[in-house]
Amino acid sequence: MLSTNDDILKAAEDWRKGGRDVALATVVETWGSAPRPVGSNLVIDGEGNFLGSVSGGCVEGAVVTEALDVIESGQPKMLEFGVADETAWKVGLSCGGTIRVYVEKVE
Amino acid sequence: MKLDLLTTLNAERAARRAAIVMTDVASGNGRLVKAAEVAKDPLQSILAERLRTGKSGMVDSPEGRVFLTVYVPAPQLVITGAVHISQTLAPIGKLLGYDVTIVDPRTAFASIERFPDVKVIAEWPDKALPPLGIDHYTAFVALTHDPKIDDPALIHALSRDCFYIGALGSKKTHGRRVARLKEQGLSDADIARIHAPIGLEIGAISPAEIAVAITAEITARRREEGEAEPAAAPARARVAS
Repeated sequence: MLSTNDDILKAAEDWRKGGRDVALATVVETWGSAPRPVGSNLVIDGEGNFLGSVSGGCVEGAVVTEALDVIESGQPKMLEFGVADETAWKVGLSCGGTIRVYVEKVE
Repeated sequence: MKLDLLTTLNAERAARRAAIVMTDVASGNGRLVKAAEVAKDPLQSILAERLRTGKSGMVDSPEGRVFLTVYVPAPQLVITGAVHISQTLAPIGKLLGYDVTIVDPRTAFASIERFPDVKVIAEWPDKALPPLGIDHYTAFVALTHDPKIDDPALIHALSRDCFYIGALGSKKTHGRRVARLKEQGLSDADIARIHAPIGLEIGAISPAEIAVAITAEITARRREEGEAEPAAAPARARVAS
């Protein structure tokens, strides 16, 4: 189930204070019909555990993978996901929208 | 994001105070602006507008292209009247994410059994409402049909800048209400902020259907925020009951 943003941010704080590596992903822009509004959060730890949602399930896997990279490097990343097109190996949003997701490390 | 920023943010949220996190997406630098600090911030006008609408988003500011994450308190729905409509309105409000409180001094109405899992306060509005912290993130609905209960509650809600205020009653009932409120010294502009007859026009007849019409209207007001001033919004036909 989707959690509220309070739970997610509290989890981010608790996980970090508990000594885990943590990244926070936030939906910063949407175009067309996007499943989750701007400001939605997903928190990811260094093991790939996550809580929250940026797309209702379509692109979370890819965001988690990128988040592990962000945790490693410490450098924030801007990710963009659009309609699933002929480049079928890329993940996309079945609803036809485009979203931009900002991923940063909590440090 | 720095852990101390996140910790402060979570403390503000736990205290039901609004805050904005400003993130420079190029550098990753972020800063937290608490609601109380917005007025003296260099980006005051941008931040105040965001706080009012509760909308997060990218902004081109004098500090560069930044992402504003706006955190506002969970919306609350305050209802006067532990009445039939409230029995559906309260659970729908909860499903929509509102903290719901019902105020009704008529203790026979305000029975806990009729409202499982809802906060019911069996007190008069002058005692029950002030501690609720009614504010801009509150929708207020008056349903008792009793001016002794609804009028003071409406006056309180109007003084607290609720994003939605609705009152049950036909055009005729509302006309009498308007006259009473004017006698109490309320301005036409204030009174025009009351949605009455209450609810979107969907042909609602049963109490449950009226609850749907009310929650639809509350949702419309919440999501239209910033697009039209309440007083300038086009008049819409509403449910009469």
